[in-house]
Amino acid sequence: MTDQEILDTLRSIVNEIAGVAEADVQLDKSFVDDLDVDSLSMVEISMAAEEKFGVSIPDAELKNLKTVADVVNFVKANA
Amino acid sequence: MTNIAARPLRHSEIIGLGVHRATHVVTNDEIVGPIDSSDQWIQERTGIKQRTWAPADVDVIDMAVDAGSKALAYAGIGADRLGTIIVSTISHPYQTPSAAVLVQDRLGAKNAGAFDISAACAGFPYGLGLANGLISAGESDYVLVIGVEKLSDWTDMSDRGTAFIFADGAGAFLMGPAQQPGIGPTVWGADGSEFDAIVMQPNMIELRNHFEQTGEFDFPKLRMQGQKVFKWAVGSMVDVCYRALAAAGLQPGDIQAFIPHQANNRITDAMVRGLKFPDSVVVARDIIMTGNTSAASIPLALDTLLRDGQVKSGDLALTVGFGAGLAYAAQVIRIP
Repeated sequence: MTDQEILDTLRSIVNEIAGVAEADVQLDKSFVDDLDVDSLSMVEISMAAEEKFGVSIPDAELKNLKTVADVVNFVKANA
Repeated sequence: MTNIAARPLRHSEIIGLGVHRATHVVTNDEIVGPIDSSDQWIQERTGIKQRTWAPADVDVIDMAVDAGSKALAYAGIGADRLGTIIVSTISHPYQTPSAAVLVQDRLGAKNAGAFDISAACAGFPYGLGLANGLISAGESDYVLVIGVEKLSDWTDMSDRGTAFIFADGAGAFLMGPAQQPGIGPTVWGADGSEFDAIVMQPNMIELRNHFEQTGEFDFPKLRMQGQKVFKWAVGSMVDVCYRALAAAGLQPGDIQAFIPHQANNRITDAMVRGLKFPDSVVVARDIIMTGNTSAASIPLALDTLLRDGQVKSGDLALTVGFGAGLAYAAQVIRIP
């Protein structure tokens, strides 16, 4: 998967779970501070990401995934 | 070989519903002080606008008897015809005897066996599965299943993860024999490796030892690893629901209502997304005004749907309970 493909898939996940417009899901955005995604939605997003990208996101790792770029990089490194 | 006589096999159905709603309304604003939270934060993360608590002079037996006697009256069945009383509770303050025997005495159910089950938030569907088995096998004609909790007694009001969740109340189903199945097969399970995901601590021995060693009295309170429970419920219960529907030979669009344990509206939201119900399926949201009443939440939520005219007698509903254990159970029911 290219970075763009990962980002596009992630945009669709964040839109479906948290109702954030896909265009707002940019690499430099913080989920909590910029996109108003709370901790429970982050758990759901991580579960959907695990399924779509075939990665495992341990609970301890989840708190390090603060920005959209953090997730894209994590998927790229672990898929 | 000499044969053992057995009673004929048959079906069961729900013939009565009764609830007890706790009378003391507690708003979010009343509880946010010790947890440095806000009404908005609680509503966003749980859906809860208020919860209902029982006053100090009302205990789990009072609430269970009220709900149980209403379920009997609903069906017009006398308490002396009960074969079994099953009470699901985690907040009855005696290790023994059970809450069920006290309910049996208060109802005057002189012919009934009575026992409690400990399956926490999964307790009500667990009880329905047991009742179905007892009636189907001919062990009992009428079984009263009661879920009752007074969780306000066991909640740490300074715990930022649980103070706003738990509440009080009771709900009861009366089940009896039927020509056609009024309840689908129960899909249940447990995972004791996650024992500490939701747990009431300290236990009685720890409480005694701690008191003897330090002189400090540390009353047991419910502890919950909220994020872990959320992930488990959202990740696992959709499949459990599908299996319960399949066991009853049904598709998501064949039912009229989805009545999950009222754990957290966000868990319900995620389950509904996963289950892809058509818009015609009514989803229970009783937690908004009642809070999480554990074993009592499913019958309380059904009562609200009936009272609001969102479902009617004869409709099919999917119920699923899940929580401490971890334990879960689901089945399809026909609404009495």
